[in-house]
Amino acid sequence: MLSTLYAVLFYAATLMLIIGTGFRIRKYAKAPAPLKIPTTPAPTTRQGVFWRMVREVAVFESLFKSNKWIWVFGYAFHAGLALVLLRHFRYFTLDVWWWVEIVQPFGVYAGFAMVLGLLGLSFRRVVVERIRYISDPSDHLMLLLLIAIGASGLLMKYVAHTDIIAVKGYMLGLMRFRIGELPADPILLIHLGLVAFLMIIFPISKLLHGPGIFFSPTRYQVDNPREKRHLAAWAAELEK
Amino acid sequence: MAPLDKDAESESKPIPDPLEIPRLACGAMADLTPFPAHEKHNTDLGFPGGLIDNWKEVAIAKIGELAEKNRAFQVYLDACVKCGACTDKCHYFLGTADPKNMPVARQDLLRSVYRRYYTFAGKYFPWLVGARDLTEEVLDEWYSYYHQCSQCRRCSVFCPYGIDTAEISMAAREILDTVGKGQKYCNEIIAKAQNIGNNLGLQEKALRATLEDLEEDIEDETGVAVRIPLDEKGADVLLITPSADFFAEPHIDGLLGYAKVFHEAGVSWTISSYASEAANFGLFIGSYENMRTLSLRIRKAAIDLGVKRIVFGECGHAWRVGYSFLNTLAGPFDFLDQNYPIPQHIMEFTHDMLENGKLNINKSKNDEFRVTFHDSCNVARGSRMGDKPGGQFELPRAVLRHVCNNYFDMDRDTTHESTLCCGGGGGLLTDELMDLRTKGASPRMTALQQVTEDHGVTHMAAICAICKSQFSKVMPKFGYDMDSILSVHQLVSNAIILTGQEDDRDQAEPTAVAEEASP
Repeated sequence: MLSTLYAVLFYAATLMLIIGTGFRIRKYAKAPAPLKIPTTPAPTTRQGVFWRMVREVAVFESLFKSNKWIWVFGYAFHAGLALVLLRHFRYFTLDVWWWVEIVQPFGVYAGFAMVLGLLGLSFRRVVVERIRYISDPSDHLMLLLLIAIGASGLLMKYVAHTDIIAVKGYMLGLMRFRIGELPADPILLIHLGLVAFLMIIFPISKLLHGPGIFFSPTRYQVDNPREKRHLAAWAAELEK
Repeated sequence: MAPLDKDAESESKPIPDPLEIPRLACGAMADLTPFPAHEKHNTDLGFPGGLIDNWKEVAIAKIGELAEKNRAFQVYLDACVKCGACTDKCHYFLGTADPKNMPVARQDLLRSVYRRYYTFAGKYFPWLVGARDLTEEVLDEWYSYYHQCSQCRRCSVFCPYGIDTAEISMAAREILDTVGKGQKYCNEIIAKAQNIGNNLGLQEKALRATLEDLEEDIEDETGVAVRIPLDEKGADVLLITPSADFFAEPHIDGLLGYAKVFHEAGVSWTISSYASEAANFGLFIGSYENMRTLSLRIRKAAIDLGVKRIVFGECGHAWRVGYSFLNTLAGPFDFLDQNYPIPQHIMEFTHDMLENGKLNINKSKNDEFRVTFHDSCNVARGSRMGDKPGGQFELPRAVLRHVCNNYFDMDRDTTHESTLCCGGGGGLLTDELMDLRTKGASPRMTALQQVTEDHGVTHMAAICAICKSQFSKVMPKFGYDMDSILSVHQLVSNAIILTGQEDDRDQAEPTAVAEEASP
């Protein structure tokens, strides 16, 4: 019963995540940018833009320029989350991939970095007057959700072990459309339930900043308006 | 004038940090309302004369339309995570302490309504995501706070996703215009520029008389006849310059500088009475159509006069529109000489001349000034000069160093891409917003006071008509004379020794650069 419930939940969450985010990305891709608005100084070539984007995504360049505290906490969280996610690949492949093995030892500590980063961000959201002012309930709750996911994961790793072999078996089954037995371990159920919830709300929340940055004209546009004429389809209509 | 005796001054009181973050003062600027546009100013631009009956439906529909027509608007409404990185980056927030002048809070005025009508969470759980209904109070709030943004894009430099509040603020003003709630200052000026050819409503005859007077001024000063041609067919260069250059101080001295540079370069050039305006306030109200109408006047003037090149004078947002948008709005310019940038900035032109040693410069003519440079926001963050990224910072400074002996930069956190707005840009250069303009200028003024303390800086040079007008108004409130703001080409003008002009140097030595640059 529980196993089936979580199976349905995960299938639904996966669909929501992929289809919902896909639709959102399609919307961004379809909307034209009528004007050239890169925040200058900006790269003058596509290659330059590629590296600008790499710096934004890999080291949060603009955020670093802006505020060191938000950068430290934000980076600890995101980098931690990335490593933790990579480590989790081992639960979805029969044989653990070699690079997942390499990530494994870092991934374990990354869980702490992630939660500490989130705690730092939450602390600032409450304590710093300006950030408290701009925060809605969802902004606080989003952090709590992520903290709960990270904390429940750490609990299973360090305090109350779950039957991870059984969990892996269940997940491998789901990926082959077979519903096996999920251990009825409360911390595990909380962890998985919250992850599924996060997947569901991804395309309808501010988590869209992930795909959003790749569609941000101030960052992805090449600074070459004098050399190359830029014209949106609806703007071309005006010229007829 | 601030005292130059820096030792005496620094002991008395320390200058505060220009970027010091104030405690929040909620509602501090809530009552600020720019004058509404006259009915005719709105209808001239194709907007309803006054607030329409079904404004709410129209405004909500317009949000959806803009999200489909403008990727930036759609992505920026969705992507903000409220991290707070931008909260201390707006000069109006730093100056007024009103939290709604924090970039993210300013965006949220509109984002909250977008969420209510266009997102799942906002439709069903508005309290959770701060979504709210569009009411007349909200509309009035938009009118107030979207006219407390100079669209300077400083926040976009610091946002991890590049969210540009200017895009939101322009969209908001377009929505306001669409429901008949236009702002007087912008809309009146756009109508004038579209009907007459410049923001002042200056007719051809008056313009011609003004330019003739200026020619006489140059001849009186230098003994050399320098022309400022108007509507001359077959000239090589069409100069597009802000109409403030024809009458306001210190703008006019910049125009004299362009004229002298062109004269020494030996190129034929002309101003057009039909397109006698570089400024394009269509940008400020976020109206592609109005911006295009104004830009097409430049294209028509270039074709009618048969010029080969277009050069822009000193104007910040005009250079953003010229550099970044002109090719889009009024291109392709295949009828111009492709060997030159289209358009070119006067700074690029003068910089080339100086680097090649083609101007005879007597730097000591500017020795009465100890100069710093104010990077204008639209030039700094919305355009470029020269071939390389950042040329918009290097070229004006190089020109200043060519023509002045005493040049000093302000705090790096307040220059280049981090420059602070003058406080009067984006359609706010109107008397009823004087309080906002003064407060918005205060971070820049503090940075200026620092270099006055440290280096005895007496004057600030700028390359934007709005910056110049704004500073000449607000600098006296900060202990500087109103003529402490200079045009960069005013300093060029002062230092140029025209061919045939008497030079009062003991020995006319060619400048070092002139020697190096000769091939």
